[in-house]
Amino acid sequence: MEQAKGRIPKIWSSLVGWLDERFPVTETWEYHLSKYYAPKNHNFWYLMGWLATFVLVNQLLTGIWLTMSYIPSGEGAFASVEYIMRDVEFGWLLRYLHSTGASAFFIIVYLHMFRGLMYGSYRKPRELLWLIGMAIYLVLMAEGFFGYLLPWGNMSYWGAQVIVSLFGAIPFVGPDLMEWIRGDFLMSEITLNRFFALHVVALPLLLVALVFVHFVALHHVGSTAPDGVDIKKHKDASGKPLDGIPFWPYSVTHDVHATVVFLFIFCAVVFFAPEMGGYFLEKPNFEMANPLKTPEHIAPVWYYTPFYAMLRAATYPLFGVPAKFWGLVVMAAAIVIPALLPWLDRSPVASMRCKGLASKSMLGVFVLSFLVLGYLGITPPSPWATALAQLCTVLYFAYFMLMPWYTQVEKTTPPPERIAPR
Amino acid sequence: MSTNALEGDGAAGDLAGGQPVNRERRYFLIGATAAIGAVGAIAAAVPFVQSWLPSAKARAAGAPVRIDISKLRPGEMLGPIPAWRGKPVFVVRRGEETVMRLEENSPDLADPTSDNLGMQPEYARNAWRSRKPEIGIYLGLCTHLGCSPKYYGSVRPEPFDENWQGGFFCPCHGSRFDLAGRVVKAVPAPDNLEVPPHRFISASVVIIGEDEETA
Repeated sequence: MEQAKGRIPKIWSSLVGWLDERFPVTETWEYHLSKYYAPKNHNFWYLMGWLATFVLVNQLLTGIWLTMSYIPSGEGAFASVEYIMRDVEFGWLLRYLHSTGASAFFIIVYLHMFRGLMYGSYRKPRELLWLIGMAIYLVLMAEGFFGYLLPWGNMSYWGAQVIVSLFGAIPFVGPDLMEWIRGDFLMSEITLNRFFALHVVALPLLLVALVFVHFVALHHVGSTAPDGVDIKKHKDASGKPLDGIPFWPYSVTHDVHATVVFLFIFCAVVFFAPEMGGYFLEKPNFEMANPLKTPEHIAPVWYYTPFYAMLRAATYPLFGVPAKFWGLVVMAAAIVIPALLPWLDRSPVASMRCKGLASKSMLGVFVLSFLVLGYLGITPPSPWATALAQLCTVLYFAYFMLMPWYTQVEKTTPPPERIAPR
Repeated sequence: MSTNALEGDGAAGDLAGGQPVNRERRYFLIGATAAIGAVGAIAAAVPFVQSWLPSAKARAAGAPVRIDISKLRPGEMLGPIPAWRGKPVFVVRRGEETVMRLEENSPDLADPTSDNLGMQPEYARNAWRSRKPEIGIYLGLCTHLGCSPKYYGSVRPEPFDENWQGGFFCPCHGSRFDLAGRVVKAVPAPDNLEVPPHRFISASVVIIGEDEETA
């Protein structure tokens, strides 16, 4: 025993030494984990990045397994999903993990982005980190859209038809562009096949690459702290940030905790409410795609509804161009405008804890309008709903457009120099 | 590493094979390589982009189809039938009253005289938007976002319109069309329903997808 104790580390260190000469194992471990410092007061909102990564892995794993039984053809797609649900061992679980995972992904990503708005995560020097994150968000939306067609249910079909028709609103090139996207004169098996290729190969590759770059950028600039303290300002003699804790083992420990709590909620949905009353898996989708029959009420999955509501809120034709084109413009602008945040925020302080009343109320108004729009996007159109959607669209954009003004004029408090000991 | 291989710094950068570096020629070569490379990249992208266009199979599936309308009675609609390019097509037979009503251009219509020429062949540019006043043939896709409107053929109050004169109603976003497929003002749909090219080969058989011009 005595001998063994001495030997194992020796074998270990010689193995690591052998690897280190050929690949930067220790260097990578230290740079990204054991010597990567995060502020010691990271709270709930800072768990979302980890959870998003966790759900990404869930999506990749269950997605690959679903691909093994899924058939991307007009005749076979719907039946193969039913086959997965009924005949494949644990197929129902794999599918529900994947479909619930999609909704969970968006909940987590929205919370992750809200953290950014609250603590100024987009500000210098993290502008590029924020932009990479925005790119991830866009790819994620496309991934969700392409994936939604695959079950080939009637809502899949007509939902995709409506979204592809949006491109038809672009002047001059619209109709040809639509045909090019579909590869046919209507949504068909050809469209299904290419959406499948994009959903299972192209976009996941892009997504994983972007997430990797997101990590690299994050580890270069470091995390923000809730109160706006820059932990790199105060270091001890050996260069360790005094208010930081290394990611390994400390952050990992609390992230694992969070994962367990998350899994409690996630599994409850997977096992007891995978359809979530028609919000995660919509009811018309239990009927096979029918190119001749539009469902009574078309609503996208909940994570797109705020933008769908904004699309419908545009009802006036301008400059001789139909209203639906302006709806497309408003929707696209709403999705992309957060990318400008690093340059819209002119506040001297980063964190909402130090910002003034104007910033706090505008953030509140923004979140409220986003939630109301999300609700309106699910409901059938009516005059009052359209008017409310128009109001909320204005408020949504006001949060961004007025930011250079209200962040400059409000009274702020300076951030503390150090993170207060508890 | 030197700061920039292109600029050349110090002895090594300024000399190539013992000769002074000809910067002009170096930039020209880099520029020419990049330009030709870009052209090549664009050319290489062509097959990838083109492969997304409708394939020969899709175009063949979109060939014209024959429809027998002998059993269609006044006030009824045949369809939606997957006729032209697989898209849903509505074939309606209108009664005499309806035909007369369509001729009085209602002020509620956005484009009663079919001024948007892209939405119908020239021969369907009339009050009833068809070759024969009693037979209407329309693409069953809303010009808003492509949902399939529903046929409400009778003159009676409907939840969406108390003075409903018969026509098509799109459940997705509430667009309304009259029995000639003409869009009502102030609904999301910007245009009348499309009239596919068609021709009658006998009194009761119509070919949808081609006419004298395209046949």
